[in-house]
Amino acid sequence: MDFTLDGEQTALRDAVRGLLKGYDNEHRREVVAEDPGFDESLWGKLAEMGVLGLPFAEDDGGMGAGPAEVSVVAEELGRVIAPEPFVEAVVLAGGLVAALGSDEQKKEILGGLSSGELVPAFAWSDPTGGEGGVSVDGDTLSGVKEPVLNAGRADLFVVFADGRLFLVDPADTEVTSYSTFDGGRAAHVSFDKSPATPLGEGGDATEATKDVIAAATIAYCHEALGAMDSALKMTTEYLTTRKQFGMTLNRFQALTFRAADMYTSLELTRSIVTWATMVLADEDSDAEKKREAAARAKLQVSKAGRHIGQEAIQLHGGIGMTAEYAVGHLTARLTAIDHLLGDGRQQIKNLSRRLTSYDVVEPLP
Amino acid sequence: MQLALTEEETAFREEMRTFFTTKIPQELRDAIAAGRHIGKEGIVESQRIMNEAGIAVPNWPVEWGGQDWTPLQKHIWHEEMQLACVPPPLAFNANMIGPVIAHFGNEEQKKKFLPPTANLDIWWAQGFSEPDAGSDLASLKTKAVKDGDDWIVNGQKTWTTLGQHADWIFCLCRTDPDAPKKQAGISMLVFPMDTEGVELRPIELIDGGFEVNEVFFQDVRVPPEGLIGEENQGWTQAKFLLGNERVGVAPVGATKRALATLKATAAESGDLEDPLVASQFIELENALLALELTALRVVANSSDGKPHPASSVLKLKGTELQQAVSELAVDLAGPLALASGAGEGSDIPDWARVATPNYLNLRKASIYGGSNEIQRQIIAGTILGL
Repeated sequence: MDFTLDGEQTALRDAVRGLLKGYDNEHRREVVAEDPGFDESLWGKLAEMGVLGLPFAEDDGGMGAGPAEVSVVAEELGRVIAPEPFVEAVVLAGGLVAALGSDEQKKEILGGLSSGELVPAFAWSDPTGGEGGVSVDGDTLSGVKEPVLNAGRADLFVVFADGRLFLVDPADTEVTSYSTFDGGRAAHVSFDKSPATPLGEGGDATEATKDVIAAATIAYCHEALGAMDSALKMTTEYLTTRKQFGMTLNRFQALTFRAADMYTSLELTRSIVTWATMVLADEDSDAEKKREAAARAKLQVSKAGRHIGQEAIQLHGGIGMTAEYAVGHLTARLTAIDHLLGDGRQQIKNLSRRLTSYDVVEPLP
Repeated sequence: MQLALTEEETAFREEMRTFFTTKIPQELRDAIAAGRHIGKEGIVESQRIMNEAGIAVPNWPVEWGGQDWTPLQKHIWHEEMQLACVPPPLAFNANMIGPVIAHFGNEEQKKKFLPPTANLDIWWAQGFSEPDAGSDLASLKTKAVKDGDDWIVNGQKTWTTLGQHADWIFCLCRTDPDAPKKQAGISMLVFPMDTEGVELRPIELIDGGFEVNEVFFQDVRVPPEGLIGEENQGWTQAKFLLGNERVGVAPVGATKRALATLKATAAESGDLEDPLVASQFIELENALLALELTALRVVANSSDGKPHPASSVLKLKGTELQQAVSELAVDLAGPLALASGAGEGSDIPDWARVATPNYLNLRKASIYGGSNEIQRQIIAGTILGL
């Protein structure tokens, strides 16, 4: 058992961190103000670095790396809340293609994704909050998916319909894009007898989709961990510099104790989120174990994200409410992540199904 | 990053699991599982069985009965012990004065005290807190004054846990009232509880139990060999001791076991079918998982023997969760919990009878071992630089 990064993973972390160095709040606000809501040139640099092909097989144009490397990248992106759709395009949409696509589809889509030329989006949620909305009619799809993250910029949709997965050209749909509260983009996507190619053999994809969602959930958890880490750092810096009543705020125990509680939340989250990646990477873990690890990590992230995000704003006072200051944006992103792919309440529901089937939760295999 | 244990670690876990579930008497473990007190004899019996096997004091130096285990092995030892409902080695001996004597004591003191301390032939009491020195321990007033080579001790200690069983006490005393800092004038003295001038008075707690005591010292004569380490070095020893205490004080395995037992009870009664109840179990299980994983991270980074600063997180969150599980038991027992004084002839199950005394008793957990407010102070100051 080892929670630490190895040499190559540390080098990857440092490289990504270096690339994101100038990604301060001012730059981020400029980026998210314009479509597509992320920095295309940075996306290209991530591709050059190999980050966009990280989890894919080398034969498909990827790097053949594992969940640990994906988590390292997600955490660094989360630290600066970079709006580039790494989890959405690479881990989620790309992950589905990698799991179920034909050899030809994998080569084309994953190759394009890895080189930065093709950005796929996963059309999953429907406007009622479920995962339906679109039905299959022969080799076409009809209905509505919304919100579809990054649909306005996507070159390809991977669509979940009637328990199966399809590839659809966005040009064959009607896309109405808008901004989301965390600075991202989502869209209403309308399908009207839109031509659809089955992903792979086109059979039931429910279980495989759940597996990819588990992996993406864990990547989101690392993104959230990075954001929480930044929120606490900003808060402690603020407490040691901001003066009121003639002294810095860290002289007030009512405030420092709350920061201590944020640290406790953060460290507990770091432990469980890192563990979830370890479960995902362990060759002896079965699908059920991986999904459970994702649910456990996400439940903790849901709680800690709210706690740390809310307290970070409160301990900053009025300045924390301003768009000019990053701490509120961190909290907005944490709120978005909380509700993507199943929030805390959903995870409790998922976990409750097996509650009586074990005695204690054993973290070790 | 690597989840799996090595083959050696897996074998070690199996060895510990087998030992604790087969060598420690079942009736002792059943009593712990049911939340009953096992008394002095039970604690002594359990520790002696472990000591005979060489696993009562693994954290001590190897030459004094410790084990050359990795931090992970020590963690596994501790977890398996708790999961099997084995009473742990007496903290005052194994985690407190034993390591202090091994680290600061002279050769004669080590020879005299360490073997019987490991075997619980000597039962130690902790003489730290005083009526006016709780969290602010360094303001303690019990004084030791030189009389020839001897020390004469006068003053009062309090919250002396299980002092009624104690043979010896280790005691922080003020030996230099004029020291420039109050921390600099303190020494660690040890002496038998039956020394003339030592008087112990029990304190009844809110659960009706007698766990702690006041100890009064009137002209207690302590020979020079009763001084551990250097004169006026007591604060260094106290900090060393409290650092060890904080790591051992997070009862992850025991709380997991308590929650699992409660879950089985709730499943049997049908309470668990209520989604609100089920969600409380899930949230507590998850918080305990995060805590256990944090403990694993902390042990992995404590290889130099010094406690990781994040050990305050373990104490803080560990005791909160221990209390939360006891609170859930009270909620599930509901009005049945009122049968706390029932004996034979009552139809109310044991777990419900002990639920509230246990809940009330465990309010202590966030107060002792450096109150949780002190832990927040440590996190804010030492870790966050606030």
